Amino acid sequence: MSLYNFKKIAVVPTAKDFIDIILSKTQRKTPTVVHKHYKITRIRTFYMRKVKFSQQSFHDRLTQILTEFPKLDDVHPFYADLMNVLYDKDHYKLALGQLNTARHLIDNVARDYVRLMKYGDSLYRCKQLKRAALGRMATIMKRQGANLTYLEQVRQHLARLPSIDPYTRTIIICGFPNVGKSSFINKITRADVEVQPYAFTTKSLYVGHTDYKYLRWQVIDTPGILDHSLEERNVIEMQAVTALAHLRACVLYIMDLSEQCGHTLDEQVKLFESIKPLFANKPLIIVANKTDIVKLDELDGERRAALKEIEEDSETPLLEMSTVTDMGVMEVKTMACEKLLSYRVDQKMRTKKVDGVLNRLHVAVPKPRDTKERPPCIPESVLLKKQQAGEKRKRKLERDIELEEGDDYILNLKKHYVDIPEEERYDIIPEIWEGHNIADYIDPEIFDKLEELEKDEEIREETGMYVVPKIELDETMLEIKRLALQIRNKKAIMRDESRVNKQNKKPTMPRTTTAKVRERSVTKLRSQMENLGVDMSGTENAHFTKTRSRSRSLGPPVKRMRMDTSEGASQSRNRSVSRTPRNEQGVKDVAMRNKLSRIAHKAISNKVRKYGLKGEADRFIGTKKPKHLFSGKRGVGKTDRR
Amino acid sequence: MRIETCYFCSSRIYPGHGIQFVRNDCKIFKFCRSKCHAAFKKKKNPRKTKWTKAYRKTVGKELTIDPSFEFEKRRNVPVKYDRETWTKAVEAMKKVNTIKTKRQNAYIMQRLRKGRELENERDIKEVQRDMSLIRSPAAGLKERKAAEAELENMQESDVEMEEGIVEDGGEVTL
Repeated sequence: MSLYNFKKIAVVPTAKDFIDIILSKTQRKTPTVVHKHYKITRIRTFYMRKVKFSQQSFHDRLTQILTEFPKLDDVHPFYADLMNVLYDKDHYKLALGQLNTARHLIDNVARDYVRLMKYGDSLYRCKQLKRAALGRMATIMKRQGANLTYLEQVRQHLARLPSIDPYTRTIIICGFPNVGKSSFINKITRADVEVQPYAFTTKSLYVGHTDYKYLRWQVIDTPGILDHSLEERNVIEMQAVTALAHLRACVLYIMDLSEQCGHTLDEQVKLFESIKPLFANKPLIIVANKTDIVKLDELDGERRAALKEIEEDSETPLLEMSTVTDMGVMEVKTMACEKLLSYRVDQKMRTKKVDGVLNRLHVAVPKPRDTKERPPCIPESVLLKKQQAGEKRKRKLERDIELEEGDDYILNLKKHYVDIPEEERYDIIPEIWEGHNIADYIDPEIFDKLEELEKDEEIREETGMYVVPKIELDETMLEIKRLALQIRNKKAIMRDESRVNKQNKKPTMPRTTTAKVRERSVTKLRSQMENLGVDMSGTENAHFTKTRSRSRSLGPPVKRMRMDTSEGASQSRNRSVSRTPRNEQGVKDVAMRNKLSRIAHKAISNKVRKYGLKGEADRFIGTKKPKHLFSGKRGVGKTDRR
Repeated sequence: MRIETCYFCSSRIYPGHGIQFVRNDCKIFKFCRSKCHAAFKKKKNPRKTKWTKAYRKTVGKELTIDPSFEFEKRRNVPVKYDRETWTKAVEAMKKVNTIKTKRQNAYIMQRLRKGRELENERDIKEVQRDMSLIRSPAAGLKERKAAEAELENMQESDVEMEEGIVEDGGEVTL
């Protein structure tokens, strides 16, 4: 986890996209329906809301951009410098500043138009004001197009920067192009930097991590540096210079002894001298690379002389290394790490905090008084006792028996059952007898109880509890049983018959059905009665053998036409002519009739008067459902009072 | 090795048979077969399930209280092995078992005897009530009438005979 992570910055949209986003958001998140007949206050608030909402959206988005981009004054000087080199500090600051002013302008525009909206007196005017407000905001944003695109590019580049922690243990590798800096970092870390046989393969800073003494070490690979003045350096070289200038790290200056990089040893030494101010107050190691081609000892006098000055400096050790054969690579790494570690500890020791830590630690080491030996003292008696105890614990273990007997050994634990006599000890104890657990019957009192039970059983036998009483049936009972069986059979048959007959339960009787032939017919009578045990002899002349067939009801009835009764066509069948009127029914004579009519007249006129009717036949009901009785809630009272 | 009893039907469970359920309060339920296990899982009450021993005992179909039941019990008292006691115990088991089965059988037979009496009662009632289904009340009426008539005739002839004798012998006063 590093302190500086620029990967989280949100995308900066282009000006056009920016406007689209905000306007569509306004459209989506504010009410959309308004009509001109609405109250004017409502119309005003409707449009005011739109203006304010879009202003707020612009404001939020711009604030987000402004806060997310790192401020050059706040970040570590290394990053500040690096960003200056890469993106030009002035341009960056200007872009952010202009966005800030744009934000202010938008706020002002919105405030003005909201104020103007209060004077809008119709839907049309309010709408025009809203249009003008949004249009002006959009124009302001459109002017920021260049800034936005620039910031987007910066964002994309920032996200791809290696996350370098400026405060941690760091090793920086520098030197001329093509001397083997990237090969070295690939050897000691898993950075996987591209290595090619031409100059400026590495164009930016690369970071790898390695482990030494259970600590993490940050290794930074820098692009190659050429030997010229600071003003002439290009962006790629400047990155290396910023890293060297601002990071407190161990610096590895890599030199190419074989001069295959295209620069002579002289030039390399000169570069070292010229950038030496950058190495001030930093542990520094000079590494002579590519020893697989030329060793340090094999160099000719002229070149040797050039290196002379560097070699003599006791502060900066000169190490040989070959990244091709891996010779000396680990030595260089350990040396660098050790040097940096000791340097950092040294730095820390100089601060005020160290005293507090040191005071808390104390290791006591007693000083020897003299040369005399002082071994631990154990008394004789104790030693003797220990020895005796060791001898005493010698019982014959099962393991010993096993070793004695070898393959014939069978584990026998029953021999330890000392309480049981010898001949019974190896008995196989029965567990089950006919589905009973023998263990359930083992009890010292069981035998006494059994004796008691047997006595009880004897008494029972003697008193005849188990004698089965003989049930004897006399003649009549047997007869009854026989008859009962017969009756039951008969009942069963009857039940079946009735069930069969009942199957069709339809009550319908169509006109065309024949009359049911009765089951109990006269013809069957004789046989039936004989079955039931009646003597039917001497009934040959009885008249029940002669049956008269039913005249009309047998066979389908004929459909008859209905006749008008008043015509009286068939006197024989339609005798009654008409009914007597109801007021004459049950009236004996004329006197009675007169009396009745009087009474009726009186009763009718009473009723008519009482209810205000038109006459006897007046049954008019004014309203069938009077509203006052059917509407509204019912209270506690009756249904006819509301 | 033990022979267990089924929780549900109280039958014997021989080693290697059945299934066992341990509830989360450590109570162990042993079942002789899947039928009993399934019934248990359905929360059936063994006292209300017709085919179990528990039902037969609660409903009074079988002998429940008897001193012969007191012998077979799990006592949970460790007893040291002794050959004599063990052999005697096995003998005692056999005796107890014969007595027990005898008593149980006697109980069941006693119970079933009641049924015979009820059967007789039912037969008598049936014959009294529904005799007419197989035998008409009019059956034999004619014979009876004829017999009666004959009897009357006989008596009459006797009277005549007597009269005749009287006629022969003495005076007749009408």
